[in-house]
Amino acid sequence: MNIQGSIYRRLMLQLVGSAAILAAILFLLFQSFARQLAVESQDTTLQASASAILESVSVQQGQVVADIPYAALAMLGNVSDDRVFYQISLGTEVLTGYEDLPRSLDDTSWTAKYRGDPIRLVKVSRSLPINGSLTTIAVTVAQTQDGLAQKLGEISRTAILIGLIFFAVATILAVWAARSSVRPLNIVAAAVSRRGPADLRPVTTPVPSEMAPLTQALNAFIARLDRSLSQSEDFIAEAAHRVRTPLATVRAQAEVTLRRVDKEENRVALKQMIRAVDESSRAAGQLLDHAMVAFRTDHLERSKLDLRAIIKEIVERQTPIADLKDIEFVQTTAPDCIVLGDTILIQNALTNIIDNAVKYSPHETVITVTLERKGAEVVLTVADQGPGFEADNIDALTDRFARGTNVGQTVGSGLGLTIANEVVKAHNGTLTLTQNTKGSGACVTLSLPA
Amino acid sequence: MRLLLVEDNERLAQALVEMLSLDGHGVDHAVVISEAREFASTVSYDLILLDIMLPDGDGRDFLQELRQSARDVPVIVLTARSEVSDRVSVLDLGADDYLVKPFEFTELEARCRAILRRRGGAATNIKRIGNVEFDLLGGVLKTESTRVELRNRELRLFEVFAANQDVILSKSKLVDRIFAGDEDVSENAIEVYVGRLRKHLRGSTVEIITVRGLGYRMTSA
Repeated sequence: MNIQGSIYRRLMLQLVGSAAILAAILFLLFQSFARQLAVESQDTTLQASASAILESVSVQQGQVVADIPYAALAMLGNVSDDRVFYQISLGTEVLTGYEDLPRSLDDTSWTAKYRGDPIRLVKVSRSLPINGSLTTIAVTVAQTQDGLAQKLGEISRTAILIGLIFFAVATILAVWAARSSVRPLNIVAAAVSRRGPADLRPVTTPVPSEMAPLTQALNAFIARLDRSLSQSEDFIAEAAHRVRTPLATVRAQAEVTLRRVDKEENRVALKQMIRAVDESSRAAGQLLDHAMVAFRTDHLERSKLDLRAIIKEIVERQTPIADLKDIEFVQTTAPDCIVLGDTILIQNALTNIIDNAVKYSPHETVITVTLERKGAEVVLTVADQGPGFEADNIDALTDRFARGTNVGQTVGSGLGLTIANEVVKAHNGTLTLTQNTKGSGACVTLSLPA
Repeated sequence: MRLLLVEDNERLAQALVEMLSLDGHGVDHAVVISEAREFASTVSYDLILLDIMLPDGDGRDFLQELRQSARDVPVIVLTARSEVSDRVSVLDLGADDYLVKPFEFTELEARCRAILRRRGGAATNIKRIGNVEFDLLGGVLKTESTRVELRNRELRLFEVFAANQDVILSKSKLVDRIFAGDEDVSENAIEVYVGRLRKHLRGSTVEIITVRGLGYRMTSA
């Protein structure tokens, strides 16, 4: 059995098909019953007519006399314009009537063809004593079936009408039955598909008993998914902790030692060590972030975000780092910069862009952060006075692990702009890298639909 | 400054304590939350550095406890977890800032300074050297006739000199203290900042002396 396709459609087809078959059977039964009734009524009339004729046959002085009563044939004429035939025979000799009328040996009623038309015949007989011996007198009365056919036609039309009404009513009931059978399925499907990506609560929608095993299995599956997700989250957090803690120890110890030693070669070695720690910890952090971004962009959790507040928070947090190099932030932000987005992703992207600007800016420079509303878009521009992007690989910088060749000693993973770009794309925005138009430096422009 | 460091990793804690002490801060070190609770209830700290994963519980619980007991001591959370949700949750719980391990010591210092400045620094952070008054948090240098606001690097350089009076400091060590690790700078860059400080100190009894071939030394009369 093909289990694909719509249950609703299949149920409908089955119910409507059954209704059609039932309607056809009803029609045929009705029609054959009506035909039988009509034939029986014709037979009764013919029988009565034939019997009346037979009654009128008498033997007078050895002669057979048949005085056919008018009523005997008139009762047949009443019905319709059907033609009537009769035959009276004595033994095998036809006394009067239509000689070529089909004959039967027994008293019976039957249908035959006569002069090109179907006719119904009834034969009755009785024995009369003629000249001392018993002789059989038979009367056959026949009638064409035009009236019957006409009556049957009428009955058929009625039967068709009844069949159609039955079919229509059955179809309406079928639609109702199919709908109400499928409704619980639709309710559960809607309850499950309307859920947010992070909603891993069990399905509690009431369901019919046949569907209970399915929802139970679904709930067991959801519970397993929830467990395994939180396990892997815990695992990642634990792994990060395990890696970062010793790295932190090594870094701090190297820094302490660097303060104590004077020998230049030892100092260079220690600095290289610190650099290696920074590179690996930064790479680990960015890889985790990138995995998180890849996961979340598949299932965006959108809410209204005030970009101005987010920018303000990020800049505030970056200020102590910028201060170390006497870098100054100049912020110009418009108030009505609300976008619909995933707060964690947007924060991550903006942090990456501003963090980049701080990292690559020389000391005692200015980073300009401008947030404005341009029509249906919110546009963020972060411009620094650093070395800027190289013109020939500007488009490649959003590729994974791509870094400019002019980065010098600055520690980086090559994932920052990749993350920002993926986040912006997932929000139907654009990320543009250009040279700062005011003097040298890089300019990152990010636009998101407002 | 009086600091409390709550960190269960002995070697990391040792290194941090040493660094902070070198800069002239008083540091107490607690390994577990119960110990930290004791320290915090007896000593009034300027700042608490708090690790999250501790042997006897979650550092965040201790943070919550501090905030509920209305002790307004600034807290910087040191965490090995980098997830955004974690960072947000510690700020929501009332932490002033957080640092993801491993961190640069200068960043830790910078964040401490930023918080204390934001919170409005205590008067104890004003130091007198010779006839110069130095407001560590405000970054203000006052002589009898002048008042200068130091830029961040000048401030940190002056701080290093002030903590090591009459000690010869080599250019390379000074570079380590005021430039980020990944900045590509020559030792001569330090001359620019020493030059600026000398200009600010003109007319005072504090002097930065060049010791040929060795570095600089700050003296005061």
